[in-house]
Amino acid sequence: MDIAPLAKMGLISADVNMILAGVLGFAFGLILERAGFGSAHRLVMQWFGRDWSVFRVMFSAIVTAVFGILTLDAFDLMSLDAVYINKTYWNSQIAGGLVMGAGFAIGGYCPGTSFVGLASGKIDALFYIIGMSFGVLVFAEVWPLIEGFMSLGSAGRLTLAGLFGVNVWIVAFVVLLIAIVGFWGANTLEQKINAKT
Amino acid sequence: METVENRRLAYWPNIWAGIGLGLVIIATYYIAGRGLGGSGALSRATAVALHTVATEHAENLGYFARYFGEGGAWMNDWLVFQVFGVFLGGLFGAITAGRFGKTVDKGPNITNGQRFWYAFLGGGVMGWGARLARGCTSGQALSGGATLAAGSWAFMLAMFAGGFIMAYFVRKLWL
Repeated sequence: MDIAPLAKMGLISADVNMILAGVLGFAFGLILERAGFGSAHRLVMQWFGRDWSVFRVMFSAIVTAVFGILTLDAFDLMSLDAVYINKTYWNSQIAGGLVMGAGFAIGGYCPGTSFVGLASGKIDALFYIIGMSFGVLVFAEVWPLIEGFMSLGSAGRLTLAGLFGVNVWIVAFVVLLIAIVGFWGANTLEQKINAKT
Repeated sequence: METVENRRLAYWPNIWAGIGLGLVIIATYYIAGRGLGGSGALSRATAVALHTVATEHAENLGYFARYFGEGGAWMNDWLVFQVFGVFLGGLFGAITAGRFGKTVDKGPNITNGQRFWYAFLGGGVMGWGARLARGCTSGQALSGGATLAAGSWAFMLAMFAGGFIMAYFVRKLWL
């Protein structure tokens, strides 16, 4: 019987859900710090190919979570249908991704890691966060110009399994394969690039 | 320098940090039925702050209307609590690892002042882009990636492309 997501099945109250949000965030922040992601310089070396930690942490997290979530669903321990899955809007997600990659390379953090940077005492992270807030404000101001673009390429709740018309476990194993090949590629590139510099 | 380094706790190996993060993502879906986020709370905080200093203007901005629901407890939001936790977790981590300290993290060939400007600029670009993409590295790449959301995977590829391309133009900032 599906008892999870706990908050959506009414097994925990809204207040408890809020407290647990803080607990989950705490674990998230602690792991980001321990991964070394409170440092902009370390994060940015990903974009120069010198330190592929961002890629490796991200992909081992995704592989773990994909298999964990699918297993919970397969054993009816959690209903995947009740889980919120990001809706697909091809245009705005691809454009936004490009813009954010650029912002990451210029500013040195992504939003989550900038909070860990600030918590570690990094003054530059504070300027980065003020900048993000300013970016949000500009976005809200120009919203009427962007609103139309935001809904272009809308595909709703679409997973890779649905997109390619294959079983979700096949996708999971392809993701695992990509991660393994990616790890090998990242390690090789890292050694080559660092040997040159 | 050597002695300072020695007093610091080493970083976790990538794969263990990644697996730990994956377990947190699983727990998040199991408990809340949604993913982690990084930028949503800041967007909300920006809207609420603007509402405090320029109420009429904030209410005229169509994009911010989503944050001004009934009841007025606008910061009583799941993502706000979660990001507060991220900050505390990061603080706890930095202190216990001996990495806490007022510093400026930058490339070797720029001044602190330059770093602050570029941090502000990069943050601005990121904040703007995160609204466009409806989420950031946490909400789109990690959470969307974990639930195999098609658009989130496209987002991830685009973000990596954007990072590698822009790095070439800002190499003097970091190398």
